[in-house]
Amino acid sequence: MQGHVVPKKTYFAIFGVLLALTILTTGMAYVNLGQWNTIVALIIACCKATLVVLFFMHLRWSPSVMRVVLLSALLWLAILISLTTTDFFSRDWIPIPEGWESSMLRPPTPPGNLLQRASCQAI
Amino acid sequence: MSDSHASSALAHQFEDLEQQHEAASLGMWIFLATEVMFFGGIFAGYAIYRNLYLPGFEAGSHMLNVTIGAVNTAVLICSSLTMALAVRAAQMGKRNALVTFLILTIALGLAFVIIKLTLEWRHDYLEGFAPGLNFTFAGANAKSVELFFCFYFIMTGVHALHMVIGVGVLGVLLIQAWKGHFGPDHFNAVEGAGLYWHFVDIVWIFLFPLLYLIGGRY
Repeated sequence: MQGHVVPKKTYFAIFGVLLALTILTTGMAYVNLGQWNTIVALIIACCKATLVVLFFMHLRWSPSVMRVVLLSALLWLAILISLTTTDFFSRDWIPIPEGWESSMLRPPTPPGNLLQRASCQAI
Repeated sequence: MSDSHASSALAHQFEDLEQQHEAASLGMWIFLATEVMFFGGIFAGYAIYRNLYLPGFEAGSHMLNVTIGAVNTAVLICSSLTMALAVRAAQMGKRNALVTFLILTIALGLAFVIIKLTLEWRHDYLEGFAPGLNFTFAGANAKSVELFFCFYFIMTGVHALHMVIGVGVLGVLLIQAWKGHFGPDHFNAVEGAGLYWHFVDIVWIFLFPLLYLIGGRY
């Protein structure tokens, strides 16, 4: 027999905790914590995901090569989200210098060229 | 030829059953890593637009039914439990238990999709919340609310698609399990399907608070 056979009661215990956390996260949405509502909800979701991964997906008993795959997936996810959000939220920190906007961003539109006119309006 | 090579469950490229088992799981984990990136792109887009148009996203979220969302979360967690028990039954070679738990998992998975379809999407459509089809919202931030519902339908839609595919996979496994295909030496397919099923559960664990609970309900 391969793989670790997990006792039934472990599965039921994890199941109970997951249901309790679901009730908790739903209940917390009705409490006003300001900005912390989102953070608390995400922390609870991360706890639930960790329990599922460790016990239901057997990562606790898996060879470390599987953990490397999961950690690399999370690392790439972190790169995806952090680099995209840093770009979006730092765009207006440095203003476009005077004089550039008129000459670079809004070139004179040749008459009749609808496509180019549309792309200039989009800018 | 060693004894283990005599076993029909062992493919010839593997040293032993343990190595074959680990290779099967590793392949599934790598596939799930690509799935993380697939959903990650949608989540990154959601994070950006939620921050840019927070009032509209909160207004849209408040129009969803938290009770149905929470019940569906519970349904999915139950299905994860039955799936884990199905893998356990396959590991121990208990055919009847495996068949029972696979049927339960399929039933709970279908229950999730049916609740989603009939109680939520149909309701949202009739209320006029379907962007591109009939979106009619007269309140403030109508455009941002529409953007929220775009994310809502795409995120829950691709998640439900994953559920339907999972149900199909489990259906095939159920037929094989019925024929006594699986045993302690031969359960990698059940384990792989289990990993996929739990992953889809995890996606919903994040979708539920992000779509239904954002901005609070107080």
